[in-house]
Amino acid sequence: MPDLTAKKKRPLWYNLSPLNLPVPGLVSIFHRISGVLLFLGLVAFLYLLDLSLASQSGYAQAGEVLRTPIAKLLVIASIWALLHHMCAGIRHLFLDIDVGTSLHAARRSAFAVFVVSLALTVSIGVRLW
Amino acid sequence: MNRIIVGAHYGLRDWLAQRVTALVMIAYTVMFLVVWPRPMSYASWKALFAQDWMRFATLLLVVSALLHAWIGMRNVWMDYVHHTGMRLTLEIATILWLVGCGGWALQILWRV
Repeated sequence: MPDLTAKKKRPLWYNLSPLNLPVPGLVSIFHRISGVLLFLGLVAFLYLLDLSLASQSGYAQAGEVLRTPIAKLLVIASIWALLHHMCAGIRHLFLDIDVGTSLHAARRSAFAVFVVSLALTVSIGVRLW
Repeated sequence: MNRIIVGAHYGLRDWLAQRVTALVMIAYTVMFLVVWPRPMSYASWKALFAQDWMRFATLLLVVSALLHAWIGMRNVWMDYVHHTGMRLTLEIATILWLVGCGGWALQILWRV
């Protein structure tokens, strides 16, 4: 008699469907990713605020730090995170009061979150660079 | 069927807190874009933050950001870290980190 309780070796199936999310799903996961980035960036923001308000030389030093290419990239990444998080958040507030909850409208507003936050990031980033 | 719904009952409170703090931060952003000094210099930057209303507004921003970050980070830990001890450690570390940031912010604002 075969052993019915024995575990057969089954092939693993990796669920890759998150890679193919609809646009509102992408807004959602990037809302989370940008939120975590902002949490991590909080300390850098406080450091710069502290330095820039401490003294004339501290203010100059903060400017100096911000002029390095690495800092500029980090600032641009933070601006993207802030803009995406804010746009997605505003969209969320509208969904909460039942504005734009139809499938079509929700997809369009999700798309708009990407367009607005990326366009603003590029325009600010170009000026900063 | 008579079901008794149980839970920690912080869902609605946190849901509301996340939205109220978001609105405070949006309002601060709009306000900041209006008042930030042009041209920027140490003197004008310092003068901006030396005003009492600006200090108060920035304090509201900081408190909102810390509360907002706590609720968000706690949700992230709850979703991905299933080992209770590990999750508790990360949650405590997050709280201590955020409270520390709040203390630093107070010091920055009231030293100007």
